[in-house]
Amino acid sequence: MTARTLYDKLWDDHVVRAEQDGTALLYIDRHLVHEVTSPQAFEGLRLAGRKPWRTGSIVAVPDHNVPTTDRSQGITDPVAKIQVQTLDDNCKEFGLTEFDMSDIRQGIVHVIGPEQGATLPGMTVVCGDSHTSTHGAFGALAFGIGTSEVEHVLATQCLLQKKSKNMLVSVDGQVHEGITAKDIVLAIIGEIGTAGGTGYAIEFGGDAIRALSIEGRMTVCNMAIEAGARAGMVAVDDTTIDYVKGRPYAPEGETWEKAVAYWQTLVSDADARFDRVVRIDASTIKPQVTWGTSPEMVVAVDTCVPDPAAIDDAVKADGMRKALAYMGLQAGQAVHDIKVDKVFIGSCTNSRIEDLRAAAKVAEGRSVADNVKLAMVVPGSGLVKQQAESEGLDRIFIDAGFEWREPGCSMCLAMNADRLEPEERCASTSNRNFEGRQGQGGRTHLVSPAMAAAAAVHGHFVDVTEQG
Amino acid sequence: MQAFTQHRGIVAPMDRPNVDTDAIIPKQYLKSIKRSGFGPNAFDDWRYLDEGAPDIDNATRRINPDFILNQSPYDRSSILLARENFGCGSSREHAVWALTDFGFRAVIAPSFADIFFNNSFKNGLLPIVLDEKIVDAMFTVVAENPAVEFEIDLPAQTITAGSETYAFEVDEFRKHCMLNGLDDIALTLQHADDIKAYEQARQKTAPWLY
Repeated sequence: MTARTLYDKLWDDHVVRAEQDGTALLYIDRHLVHEVTSPQAFEGLRLAGRKPWRTGSIVAVPDHNVPTTDRSQGITDPVAKIQVQTLDDNCKEFGLTEFDMSDIRQGIVHVIGPEQGATLPGMTVVCGDSHTSTHGAFGALAFGIGTSEVEHVLATQCLLQKKSKNMLVSVDGQVHEGITAKDIVLAIIGEIGTAGGTGYAIEFGGDAIRALSIEGRMTVCNMAIEAGARAGMVAVDDTTIDYVKGRPYAPEGETWEKAVAYWQTLVSDADARFDRVVRIDASTIKPQVTWGTSPEMVVAVDTCVPDPAAIDDAVKADGMRKALAYMGLQAGQAVHDIKVDKVFIGSCTNSRIEDLRAAAKVAEGRSVADNVKLAMVVPGSGLVKQQAESEGLDRIFIDAGFEWREPGCSMCLAMNADRLEPEERCASTSNRNFEGRQGQGGRTHLVSPAMAAAAAVHGHFVDVTEQG
Repeated sequence: MQAFTQHRGIVAPMDRPNVDTDAIIPKQYLKSIKRSGFGPNAFDDWRYLDEGAPDIDNATRRINPDFILNQSPYDRSSILLARENFGCGSSREHAVWALTDFGFRAVIAPSFADIFFNNSFKNGLLPIVLDEKIVDAMFTVVAENPAVEFEIDLPAQTITAGSETYAFEVDEFRKHCMLNGLDDIALTLQHADDIKAYEQARQKTAPWLY
């Protein structure tokens, strides 16, 4: 039999029907749903007189719009309130599982899926959200879809897809102490660019990826989309299987044994062919900080903001100039000298318990710097929050002057009240530094949780591996 | 979905790479539970000088005169000429709805982000991928003659820009759906028996999924 990649195997196992032109009807095992990209899809179902094909495949949760402050008063923004209420109503009408705003299991959709074991190795997982690539960390084929496709999956349990090309990003060797999954993935994006993965499914491999916990792998796969790839994935190993065991949606007993036997086959064959291979030496990766308005505009913390004058490509140089102007930075300025106004620790990239532990370790016994107006920690789910509180992490953050919030997407995209004001500069553990992403005119620097906490206590960027 | 066969229209040049879906439609408008009405807020942060919100009347806002879509004749444009990686970032289909609601029928770029590309076809917005050199030439054509109209012929897969006509590629199935304005859910449901057969087989080999 021909040697296959992990992506080939996942693809092959889900083809319902293959057409002559290479399009396939692909079966979807898990459909995650949130309030922002689903209302028009449910409305479409109703208008066509259709019902969800398999209600058991769906897990819904409100996350983008929910307040991260006291929830006893509900949502004050009337437009957001209607959207969350619409999700609640749709789930009731169609009989779908929903972790609503009052449920301890509520949280960011890409945090709660894995947490509940609703994301399993070998699955196809979709959600009307580009960061669905996160779930690829389990050796699953997971990708974001638009609202029309949400409706298509609701109605048919399938998607019409063309197969992507295979890319292997191998992070070879080991990273230095204090270098995190976030630094690894930002370094990868810096290397291949935000369109480098367009048209590909990326498998992340190499010793440095194998050494990551499942949460670290989620951080890496989460940002595959920021490299242009709809899907990112990591092969199944013991780390994967140990994480899944015992979770509410995970199989048990004999079925568990059978599942594990299958999951262990979810690795690329030794001689599998990739259309493109990128190798990165893990030992060269330093703590990363983005300086511009695209995730590929990233540098090591101990360097300087780059100079567009040194770039030959006119379109690219012009993009850099626009980014520098928007960010209020000068070419050649040391990253260390960039002061921040706000700090955000959270998002589907970095709001899991290990992220909070890493940030708390830096914050412990220190205080948020005077020039930092707001430093906030937003756990990824109610259960992450509960775990953090049981470890006393909330006290560490509060004592240091951070705000300790309720779970949700929060200031990653600023749909709720958590946002930047024009020209405010933020050290953020989220995934996008686009213009206006965290609030109109806001300036975002993407970093790891430890780097964000260090920026909060120092008031500017520092190398956390040296001055943590 | 609105069918697409031939289209002739004014071409707005948007000369920057990596135009993301946050820029096409900012987050505050995603709270809507409708598919329509996003056009006045397409490129909101670039188009207006003050900040918008779903409950603010756009007619009362300060227009950014430097923004291309606020300038004549581009306020009437129906073809967007863009740079690489157009539509990157968030999967929000609202970005496509905003462009079609503004009046765009096609976007031309050297490359598109995958999710945006898919979403476009679902809504009768034709994304056309052309070689970077051709896109460069088109920017020049528009710069020299701002009111120039391009002609797109989907059945023939050609686009005429000034004195030149270029061929473009499009997936056969997607072309078929676009030409006829087809609902692809109905097409998939024609294979309902195949889907059920797949489920039955899979349930035996992977029962934990059901």
